[in-house]
Amino acid sequence: MKDAFGAPQSVLVLGGTSEIGLATARRLIARRTRRVWLAGRPSPGLDSAAEALRCRTRVEEVRTVDFDALDTASHQEALGKVFAEGDIDLVLLAFGVLGDQARDETDPPAAVRVAQTNYTGAVSAGLVCAGALEAQGHGSLVVLSSVAAERARRANFLYGSSKAGLDAFAQGLGDALYGTGVHVMVVRPGFVRTRMTAGLTPAPLATTPEAVATAIELGLRRRTETVWVPGALRPVMAAVRQLPRPLFRRLPL
Amino acid sequence: MPDAPAAPPITSSPEPPEPYEVRQVTGWGRTAPTVSRVLRPRSYQEAAAAVLGCGERGGIARGLGRAYGDAAQNAGGDVIDMTGLGRIRSIDAEAGVVVCDAGVSLHRLMEVLLPLGWFVPVTPGTRYVTVGGAIGADVHGKNHHVSGSFGRHVRAFDLLTADGSVRTVLPGTDLFDATTGGMGLTGVVLAAEIQLVPVETAWMSVDTERATDLDDLLARLTANDDGYRYSVAWIDLLARGAATGRAVLTRGDHARAAELPRRTRVGRRGRRDPLAFRPARLPAPPPFLPEGLLTRTTVGLFNEAWYRRAPRHRTGELQRLTSFFHPLDGVPHWNRVYGRGGFVQYQLVVGHGREETLRRVVRRIARRGCPSFLAVLKRFGAGDPGWLSFPMPGWTLALDIPAGLSGLGAFLDELDEEVADAGGRVYLAKDSRLRPDALAAMYPRLADFRALRAALDPRGVFTSDLARRLSL
Repeated sequence: MKDAFGAPQSVLVLGGTSEIGLATARRLIARRTRRVWLAGRPSPGLDSAAEALRCRTRVEEVRTVDFDALDTASHQEALGKVFAEGDIDLVLLAFGVLGDQARDETDPPAAVRVAQTNYTGAVSAGLVCAGALEAQGHGSLVVLSSVAAERARRANFLYGSSKAGLDAFAQGLGDALYGTGVHVMVVRPGFVRTRMTAGLTPAPLATTPEAVATAIELGLRRRTETVWVPGALRPVMAAVRQLPRPLFRRLPL
Repeated sequence: MPDAPAAPPITSSPEPPEPYEVRQVTGWGRTAPTVSRVLRPRSYQEAAAAVLGCGERGGIARGLGRAYGDAAQNAGGDVIDMTGLGRIRSIDAEAGVVVCDAGVSLHRLMEVLLPLGWFVPVTPGTRYVTVGGAIGADVHGKNHHVSGSFGRHVRAFDLLTADGSVRTVLPGTDLFDATTGGMGLTGVVLAAEIQLVPVETAWMSVDTERATDLDDLLARLTANDDGYRYSVAWIDLLARGAATGRAVLTRGDHARAAELPRRTRVGRRGRRDPLAFRPARLPAPPPFLPEGLLTRTTVGLFNEAWYRRAPRHRTGELQRLTSFFHPLDGVPHWNRVYGRGGFVQYQLVVGHGREETLRRVVRRIARRGCPSFLAVLKRFGAGDPGWLSFPMPGWTLALDIPAGLSGLGAFLDELDEEVADAGGRVYLAKDSRLRPDALAAMYPRLADFRALRAALDPRGVFTSDLARRLSL
C-alpha cells in the first residue's frame, strides 16, 4: 500500500534496464519500497540491474520477469503473474526506443518497430496493468512520455509521434480510470542524459534520470496527473506549441 | 450478553446486502484514497451476509471514518459501513449500563443518556465515533490517567467472526484483548454492553493554567494530575527558544448540580435544565479549500493568540460538556481546512522516565516548524490490556501536520526511531505512514495478535489498507 505521502511499497518497472526506471526505483527504495519487479527481455543487463539494486540498496526483494514490449500477445500472462504474487502499488511504464531517425525514414520496418515498441507495446502493457490495478482498487501507473510528444519535430518525428500516441493514450486512460482508485501520471521529461541519448548534443534544459525520479516521487505525493521535468519545460512547450508551422520548420530544432 | 439478541449463525448467503456502492474511501486525514465496495447492513443478518459475501480481497468494518489514516479502508475489497446498525437496545438507568449496536455513535449515546444522568465512560476528542470504532481502536480520552481506555468499560460485546458466527466476548479473554485495539481485524463488533458513569449536569467545572515551557508543563502534570478526572494540555509546537513547549493546561470534572451558581447567566441557564445536551454547531468549511492555508505564519499567529487568550490561572470555570470534550465537533468537516492534500496525525507515547525523549521530540518539531494548531499533550495512566492498545503509562503527544509539507515523511521516520528507541509507540488509529518494520518493537504483543488472527480467520477475510501496509 502507498502511505499518506504516496510512497509505494511495491514497484513494477516495465523496461527493467531503463535508467530513469532504475533511478526512480532507487529513489523510492530510499522511502518505503521493499519489493521491486524489473520487467524486460532476458539479458545480462537486466540481471545486473537487479543485482545492483539488491547489493546497493536496502530493498528486500528484487525479481525479474520476462517481458517483451513487441510481443503483445504475451503481456497478459507475463504481467498477470506479477500481480498474482501480491499488490503492486506503482507501475512505471519506462520502456521505449529512440530509433535512428535518419536511417528509419528510409527503412520503414525499422520505423514501425519504434512505433510498435513505444506505442503499441505500451498500449497493451498499459491496459493489462490498468486492469490489474483497478481490480486491486489502488495504485499508480506512471507513464514516461516525452516533450517530443508535444509537437512533432523534423529531426525526430518518428519517435515524437510514437510518444504523442502514448501520451494521448495515457491521458485518456487516466480519465477512464478516474474514480477507480487508480492514478495515472504522465511524465514528460525533456532531454535526459542516458544511454539512449548518448552521442547526441544535449538540448537546452537537459536533465538527468535522478531529476526525473525526484519529480516522479513528488508527483506521487501530490497525486499529480502531468509532470514536466524540468518544470520550466511546461511554459516553454506551451509557447512552442503555438509557433506557426512555417516558422517552426525553419527553427534549428 | 443478556439483552442483545445474538444473530443466528448464517451458513450461506452469497448475495451482499443491497444497496451497495463502489466508491473512494479515505480516513479523516484525507490521504491515500482507495476504492472499495461499500455495503451498509441494517441488521445482524445482513452484516453476517456481508462478511460471508466478501471476495478474495476481504472486508473491514467502518464506523464514522474518524480514524485519520487507512484503518477503515480496504482497496479493491469490501468496506462494511456499520452506521446502519444504530439501535440502542437497552438502558439500565439504575446501574448505568447500556447495550447498543456497534454503529451507535457516542454523540447519540450522549443525546439519550445525559438526560438520564449518565455519561460515556471514555470519549476521544470527537463524539462522532461509533461504539464499534471505539472498541476497535481502544480509544482513550482526557480521563485516561484515572479511567483507562474505552475497552476497560466494555462489559461484553458480540463479535461476528469470519465464519459468519457470532460470539459473545467477555473481558479477560484473549479474543477480547485482541479485539480492543485490534483495528477491526478480528471481526465485526455487532453490539456492546458498556458501563456508564453518573453525572449530575451537562457542565464541566474547569481549571485552566498556562505553562511557560515544556518543563513547567510536565512539572504541573506530575504534581497534581491525579486530583482531576479529566486533564489535557494544548501545546504550542511552533514556540521556540525559552518558550518551547509552552502550553495551556485544562483540567476538570463534571460539575455537580450544587456547583451551578444561581446568579450568573450561565448558572441560571444550567440550573433550568442541568442535564440538557446542547452542542453548538457552526457551518462547515466549503469542500474545496485550497491547500496551503495552514502555514507557519497563520498557525503561528493562531497559536500566539490561543496562548495569550488563555488565563494564567483560573479555577472553577463552567464550560459546556461539548466544548470541553469536543471543541472541533462544532465545525463539521473541519478536516477540509487542510485542502485536498489532506493531513497527517502523529501521536506518540513514551514511558515515564523518558521525558528526555519527549523534550527532544518537541524541540525537533518546534525547530522543524511543523504548522500544527491542534497539538495536545497528556499524561497516561496504567496501560490497557488490549494487545494492540496504544496507551502505556507515560506521556502522549499528538499533532496534526499538512501532508504536503516537504520532507515530512523522512522527518516522521526519524521521530519514530526516537520513540521506538525509548520503548514508546505510535497510535495505529491515527497512522497513515509508519514504516512496517518499526511496528514489532512498538507493539510487543504483535506476534500473539498475528497468531490469533491466523487461527480465527485463516482465509484472511478481515483486512484493511492499514493491515496490508503494516502486515498486521
